[in-house]
Amino acid sequence: MSDTLLKVRNLKIGATVYPPGEKPHDIEIVHGVNFDLERGKVLGLIGESGAGKSTIGLASMAYGRGGVELTGGEVWVNGRDILKTPHSDIRNLRGGEVAYVSQSAAASFNPAKKIMDQVVEAAVEHKKFSRKEAEGRARELFAKLGLPDPDNIGDRYPHQVSGGQLQRCMTALALCPEPDLVVFDEPTTALDVTTQIDVLMAIKEAIRDTGVAALYITHDLAVVAQVSDDIMVLRMGNTVEYGNTDQIINNPQEEYTKALVSVRSIEHEEKKPTPDAVLSVEGITARYKGLNFDVLHNVNVDLHPGQTLAVVGESGSGKSTLARVITGLLPPRDGEITFAGRKLSGDLKGRSREDLRELQMIYQMADVAMNPRQTVGTIIGRPLEFYFNMRGAEKRKRIVELLDEIELGEKYMDRYPAELSGGQKQRVCIARSLAAKPKMIICDEVTSALDPLVADGILKLLLDLQKIEDVAYLFITHDLATVRAISDSIAVMYQGRVVRYGSKSEVLSPPFDDYTDLLLSSVPEMHLGWLEEVVAHRKMESAGN
Amino acid sequence: MHPIIKLVSQRLALGLLLLFGASALIFGLTEALPGDAAQAVLGQSATPEALANLREEMGLNRPALTRYFEWLGGILQGDLGQSLTNKLDIAESIGKRLGNTLFLACAAAVVSVPLAIFLGLLAVRYRNRWPDKLISAITLTTVSIPEFLIGYVVIYFVSVKLGWFSSLAMINDTMSFGQKLNAIALPAFVLTLVVLAQMMRMTRAAILNLMQSAYIETAELKGLSNFQVIARHAFPNAISPIVNVVMLNLAYLVVGVVVVEVVFVYPGMGQYLVDSVTKRDVPVVLACGVVFAAVYIGLNMVADIVSILANPRLRHPK
Repeated sequence: MSDTLLKVRNLKIGATVYPPGEKPHDIEIVHGVNFDLERGKVLGLIGESGAGKSTIGLASMAYGRGGVELTGGEVWVNGRDILKTPHSDIRNLRGGEVAYVSQSAAASFNPAKKIMDQVVEAAVEHKKFSRKEAEGRARELFAKLGLPDPDNIGDRYPHQVSGGQLQRCMTALALCPEPDLVVFDEPTTALDVTTQIDVLMAIKEAIRDTGVAALYITHDLAVVAQVSDDIMVLRMGNTVEYGNTDQIINNPQEEYTKALVSVRSIEHEEKKPTPDAVLSVEGITARYKGLNFDVLHNVNVDLHPGQTLAVVGESGSGKSTLARVITGLLPPRDGEITFAGRKLSGDLKGRSREDLRELQMIYQMADVAMNPRQTVGTIIGRPLEFYFNMRGAEKRKRIVELLDEIELGEKYMDRYPAELSGGQKQRVCIARSLAAKPKMIICDEVTSALDPLVADGILKLLLDLQKIEDVAYLFITHDLATVRAISDSIAVMYQGRVVRYGSKSEVLSPPFDDYTDLLLSSVPEMHLGWLEEVVAHRKMESAGN
Repeated sequence: MHPIIKLVSQRLALGLLLLFGASALIFGLTEALPGDAAQAVLGQSATPEALANLREEMGLNRPALTRYFEWLGGILQGDLGQSLTNKLDIAESIGKRLGNTLFLACAAAVVSVPLAIFLGLLAVRYRNRWPDKLISAITLTTVSIPEFLIGYVVIYFVSVKLGWFSSLAMINDTMSFGQKLNAIALPAFVLTLVVLAQMMRMTRAAILNLMQSAYIETAELKGLSNFQVIARHAFPNAISPIVNVVMLNLAYLVVGVVVVEVVFVYPGMGQYLVDSVTKRDVPVVLACGVVFAAVYIGLNMVADIVSILANPRLRHPK
């Protein structure tokens, strides 16, 4: 028996698309991909959305998500071509020989069943173990993956454990039936950076200890560099570059790979704070209705005209709540907001049209922030009508100007949001907020849903527009690379409090407080062995304390 | 306090409040009708003096609010009053007839609920293929035809032509359980046809909706068979919408049987209500209204409570 576990030859994958108003037709989304995976090795599949990396991962289980079909080529697993094997054999393959770990464990666990029942199900179904053996093995895996109380955590329901824990449970679920191959599909993407590092280490150790082979799918090259032996770079269904990890990271050959490696190349010179502030948040304390604790505690920050304040923190830190308070959606319990020299009413109803116009917002999900039945021209034109009473040719001229500013141009005027890419949608949202000629824009995770290269383009655009329009940004994000790229000052939030606040250079220079140190050191870096270094460093520190 | 206990007691309190409101509404509406019980007893040709005397005797001259609370107090003590036409105790008459109606409804439910859910699961398993289309076509056809028409068609073919069952669904206390079942076979069959479609379609829709979930993909990637995926992973999460539609249909089985009972001359609540309305027997109509309201609200309350209990987030808080 050869050591090659998975052999993919000229794999072609297609799908039927149903464009509105047109006849359904078939398209090809993966155009002939080849790779080999030996037992116990890890291959990283990397690329942006639409690259076909998840589709290829699922093809190793002979599975097509949605209407996706495996149209050609060969996928050999354990010495047989699974695209030609009968359906009963496919069932043995899935869960028995190849297992899958998805991006969102929270959605991938059945909310109605206990974790243990779901973790052992495949092992029992494929008669790899008896129920009792499988449970024992699951507990071992829980312990190995660093889950708290490994003997009893299986008795809980998915909603009773945290997101990071659930992602480890998902890994246990995949490893429980002793598969030969595990497909990890963005397993840490949905996690906070400080959680990601632990889960990443747990997954890496589990792979090493069980000797399982893995396909590791991600868009984050820095992450895949930590876990894989080989890397395959994919773009729009084609292989761009395929080689060992060291070569791809340190000596990329293709332009596209080089761009991925050197992403976040934006340099932004920090502006000095001016004496006046466009927005001044003083002593804000807030809680949601029905909760008996405060979500924000005594928050104080200033934003200077034409500058960018980055509010950074992990999920639950209160950064989006702060945005809700500033926009008036959540009246604060205490504290004051001064905007453009006047006191803002805490409640949205008490704000004038001028207040609304000068304070705009851009959201994370550009596609749900736009009416899908309106054209780009209508969407951008609405604030022009509403705030400036523009009509006809005057309005049209301004819309075209704005479309030029966001680098799309007049030809996009009559398109619908569904016809735009993710980055283009976000650009339209930016134009819509600029149309109101605001003094300040709140950007809530505006690049989080975008691929790195596209996100870079959006950040560059925002910086350019800031120079032209002299608008201030309150930039809410969990991504420290984004913070470095665009901010003038930074507020680090943790559990509803601002734990560190100052100019970018101050906040990002030592000495750090404990939380900021943890946050900064958790951001994956694009060099081999980073993960081990950080974990070793932390162990030493905690031993020293 | 456990959140479940709180939620369930809230539902119970709300149900009682709703029932109280319904009783007021029923009483108010019959009050608003032209004529009153005295008029009904004496008929159109009664002299004003006779009417006044009877009103005095029956206490109808007192304010409506007083009479409402008296009536409500009576209900709370199990006293539904007396029938105007035959002077019999209403509670006793209703008790027997409600028993008959519930018996018929239960028989129909025992067949239709499991059948509807099974057909729904089957339709999901073979969705957009011929079994799914066949199930949908048949159930939609039966629900589209008015039940009295189905009733008469069934009587024509099964009782008249084939002679398998009697067209009259008369039952009494001397009959054995088997004989009773035999007697109600036809109305139960018709009711099943009427309620099947909605429950089956809802089961299908609720489960299809869940089949898009990521955890269904997880189950498929574990190598489970299609039916295991549906029954083990989709169904438990579809309980809440399914229970809601099942309860709605059970309530319909009790409250909406009037037509079917009349067609098959079945001695249930529906017949009783129709008879009393024609005789303008107001106290009986009131009592029937309250009983129907109680059944309807009660069953929907059960559906709410089952939905709460079926939610693992509420059953097992963090």
